[in-house]
Amino acid sequence: MLKQGKILLVALFCIFFIQIQAQVVKPVEMADTMRSNGKIYVVVAVILTLFAGLIFYLINLDKKISRIEKDVD
Amino acid sequence: MKLAWWKILSIVLLIYAFVGGLLLPAPARPIVNESIRNLYYHVPMWFGMMVIMTVSVVNAIKYLRNSNLQYDIISAQYGRTGVLLGILGLTTGAIWAKYTWGAPWSNDIKQILAAVALLIYAAYFVLRSSLDDIDKKARVSAVYNIFAYTMLFPTLFIIPRLYDSLHPGGEGNPAISQQDIDPVMRMVFWPAVLGWTLLSVWITTLFIRVQRIKDKNILHA
Repeated sequence: MLKQGKILLVALFCIFFIQIQAQVVKPVEMADTMRSNGKIYVVVAVILTLFAGLIFYLINLDKKISRIEKDVD
Repeated sequence: MKLAWWKILSIVLLIYAFVGGLLLPAPARPIVNESIRNLYYHVPMWFGMMVIMTVSVVNAIKYLRNSNLQYDIISAQYGRTGVLLGILGLTTGAIWAKYTWGAPWSNDIKQILAAVALLIYAAYFVLRSSLDDIDKKARVSAVYNIFAYTMLFPTLFIIPRLYDSLHPGGEGNPAISQQDIDPVMRMVFWPAVLGWTLLSVWITTLFIRVQRIKDKNILHA
């Protein structure tokens, strides 16, 4: 009885495992090409450059307004 | 000039959102695929808009309590930034929808009502520009601001939940759901929300300061 139970348990585990495997087998396709040959970093570099430019501009504007505020007072 | 700490924080968080948002692993889901990363950029527009509009309505109420025109300026400028964020949210949403739902506009309940919410705010600026008397303009628009803010709740939160939406996360009780956002994504999403919100506040403060200089004669009269 006990042995049969053990076998049943192992079999259940196997079925469970196969099911998990089956889920893993069908991966959703992602844009891994860009990532694997490293070109995604180019995109990140471009975005960061643009952002740096915009922030620089914004800080400049901030300074300019501070100066005008001083002049007005 | 020494940059305020929260301005630096905003820059740091946004750099993290750009780098982490593009390079950190994202869950592989059908249909959305890599565009799932739009969550870091599209959704913070709406979260940011809610924060900005809250600041706007709080200042509208402050104006009604003591008729100080300073609050009117703050309220109006935050309202402007909020509408900008809403328009950006709607546009980025349409781009995302084109490639996931098949069309930029599918008359999805959230799309329609987000547009309605923005139109209500658009009327706020029509109202402001139609009144010449400064005090009347401030008072009427403050009252309207409260109405527009109140309308955000049925349009963005309540009614969409009563209908089927193409948007995810509307089912059940989203407040206690732990499965809406993948844990890895949450690590980028929340910093991105804070970063975008702080940047909007920063830009708004510049508009407020310019408006104060412009209205200097009125404010010190």
